[in-house]
Amino acid sequence: MALPKAKLDATEARLASMTRPEGGAWATAAREAALGRVRDMGLPARRDEYWKFTNPESLVQAEAPLAALFEADEAPIFDEIDRLRIVFVDGVFDADASDDLTGENLSIERLVDAAASDIHWAKDLYGVLETAGQTPVQRPLAALNTAYATDGLVIHATGPVSKPVSLIYQHRSESSDAILHHVVKVEAGASLTLLENGPAAARFNKVMEVDVADTGTFHHVRAQGRDHERRAATHIFARLGTESVFKSFTLTANGVMTRNECVIELTGDDAVAHVAGACLGDGDFHHDDTVFITHDAERCESRQVFKKVLRNGATGVFQGKILVKPGAQKTDGYQISQSLLLDDDSQFLAKPELEIYADDVACSHGSTSGAIDEEALFYLRSRGLPEGIATDLLTLAFLAEAVLEIEDEALQDAIVSRIEGWLARRRG
Amino acid sequence: MLEIKNLNVKLEEEDKQILKGVDLTVEAGKVHAIMGPNGSGKSTLSYVLSGRDGYEVTDGSALLDGDDLLEMEPEERAAAGLFLAFQYPIEIPGVGNMTFLRTAVNAQRKARGEEEMSSTEFLKLIREKAKELKIDTEMLKRPVNVGFSGGEKKRNEILQMAMLAPKMCILDETDSGLDVDAMKLVADGVNALRDAGRGFLVITHYQRLLDHIKPDVVHIMADGRIVKTGGPELALEVETQGYGDLAGEVA
Repeated sequence: MALPKAKLDATEARLASMTRPEGGAWATAAREAALGRVRDMGLPARRDEYWKFTNPESLVQAEAPLAALFEADEAPIFDEIDRLRIVFVDGVFDADASDDLTGENLSIERLVDAAASDIHWAKDLYGVLETAGQTPVQRPLAALNTAYATDGLVIHATGPVSKPVSLIYQHRSESSDAILHHVVKVEAGASLTLLENGPAAARFNKVMEVDVADTGTFHHVRAQGRDHERRAATHIFARLGTESVFKSFTLTANGVMTRNECVIELTGDDAVAHVAGACLGDGDFHHDDTVFITHDAERCESRQVFKKVLRNGATGVFQGKILVKPGAQKTDGYQISQSLLLDDDSQFLAKPELEIYADDVACSHGSTSGAIDEEALFYLRSRGLPEGIATDLLTLAFLAEAVLEIEDEALQDAIVSRIEGWLARRRG
Repeated sequence: MLEIKNLNVKLEEEDKQILKGVDLTVEAGKVHAIMGPNGSGKSTLSYVLSGRDGYEVTDGSALLDGDDLLEMEPEERAAAGLFLAFQYPIEIPGVGNMTFLRTAVNAQRKARGEEEMSSTEFLKLIREKAKELKIDTEMLKRPVNVGFSGGEKKRNEILQMAMLAPKMCILDETDSGLDVDAMKLVADGVNALRDAGRGFLVITHYQRLLDHIKPDVVHIMADGRIVKTGGPELALEVETQGYGDLAGEVA
C-alpha cells in the first residue's frame, strides 16, 4: 500500500539527512533490509493509532531539536555499585573513559567491529528480533535504528556474569542526535545484569535486542538522564526461552519527550518477564511507556507495573498489551498502570489491552489516576510530619510497587535515593 | 493544659453547626472523659483540635499551654504536644511502620529545636515499647496498619503515643471494635503513660473503657455542648440510665 504523501515526504526528508554506516556483508544486508522496512512503513506520524497520545514529530524530524546541557548536582547513579563501566558520549563509545571490555563468562564488542567481520553470531539477532517485533504493530523508529545505528555493543553472556555491565550515556553537545543499537545474548544457564544511565544526547534513538536462552536470566535497570530538554525513543525487543527470566526497570525523571517501547515474546514454557517503570514529571514533560508482551508458550508469567508521578502540566502515557496466543495455557499475566496527579493540570492517558486466545489463563489489568490520599496525609501530619515530607513519603509509597520489581537491593536503593532527591528538590 | 472556650464549629461544605459552644479545661495530670450519644459532636471535637480539614471554627478558642491550637497546622499541633489516637487508624500501603515513626519522632524533635534521635536509640526505645504493648517486631516492619487487625491498629496508635510522648492525648473511641483482652492491653498502655505532666481526653460511647482507664472527670456531651460534668460516678449513671435523661436535663 502506498504511503500517504505527507508521511512519505517526512520519511524521505529524514532519510536524506542520514548516512548508513559501512560494514561487512551480513551487516549491510541487515541494514538494507531495515531501510526497506522503514520505507514500507513510513516513519510515525501524529495520526497513527499507535501514536495517538504522543506526538512523534520531534522524534522523526530531520534535525534533532537542541537540548541544553544539564549540570546535575548529585553524584552519578550506580557510583556505589561495583560494575563494568562503559561510556558513550553523545552516542559515541569512549574507550578512554571505559573499563576494559572483558569479564568472566562475558564477551563484549563494539557493534562497528562485529559488523565489520564476515561471520558473527550477532547476525542471527541484529534486526531479527526487531523485525519480529514489527508484527502485529509497526515500530518504524526501531527499523530506522537498525538501518542507521552508528554505534552500540554486542554482549554475550556464556555463564553467570558477576559484575553488572553498566552503560553510561553522557550528553555533551546541545545538538547531538545519537542512534545506538545493542545486541545481548544470554546463553542457557547464564545470567547478566545490565545497567543504563544518562541522557545520551539531545535526541536519542536506542534499540536493544535481547535473546535469553533456556534457563538464562537477564536483569535490566535503567535511569534515564535528568536533562529537561532531552528526547528519547527507545525499544527493547526480547525473546525468552524455556524457564528464562527477564526483568527490566526504568526510572525516568524529567525529559521533554520520552517514548519507551518494550516488546517481549515468551517463546519457551515457564518463562518469566517483568517490565516496570517509575516516572517523575514536572512541567514540560511527556513520557510514554508502550509495552507489548506476547505469550506463546505454557505456564509463563508476565508483569507490567508502571507508576507515574505528574505535576505542573506533565503528561504520562501508558499503552500496554498482553497477547495470549492459542495454546499458551496457564498463562499468568498481570498489568497495572497508575498515575499520581499532584495537581489539576497534569494528565495521564492509558490504554490497557488484553487479547486472549487460550481458555485456561489468569490475566488481570488495572489502571487508575488519583491525587494524594487526603486521609493518609492528615494521619501522617497529625503525627508531626510536615506536609511536604508526608507528601513525599506517600509519593514514594505510590511508586513502591514498581521499584520493588528490582530484585537487587543495592540497585533498588540507588533508584530510591534518586526519587527522594527529585522529590526533595521540589519540596521548597 | 488544654483550654477550650465557647468552641463553635460548622462543616465547611454545608451549613451545619456541629459544636455549639464547647467549654472544657483539661489539667496536666488529669484524665477527662467525654461521653455522649452518636452524633453529639465528640469525634468532631477531636478532629478540630488536631487540625483536620473540612471544619470551620465560627467562634471560640482552643489553647494548649496558652498557645492557640486553631492557628497551627496539624504537624505544628503535634510538635506542640497534641496527639490524637484515631477511631479508625488509616492504612498506608508502601510506608513502613518503622520509617513512619522514626520520621515522625525526628520531625517533632526538629520542630522543637531538639536533637534528632539516632537509629540505635530509636530502635531500642521502640522495641521496649512494642514489647510492653505485645506488638510483634515483625509488625513494625510492615506498612502502616496494612493487614492489621482492629486490635493491632489500636495498639499501634498507643505505640505511636508512647514513642511521641505527647503532653496532651486525645483518644477517640479507642475501645471501638476491641474485645475485652485487647481493650485491657490498650488501657494498660494508656495507664503506663499517665503522669503529672500529661493530660488525657478520652472520648467514648460506652462506660466499659473507663473501668480500665479511670477518669478524674467525666463530661456528657449532647448536641454539640457539654451538658453535664461530674466525677467517675457520672459514667456509671450513663451505664444504668442511658443518655436520654442526662441529655434531657439541660434541654
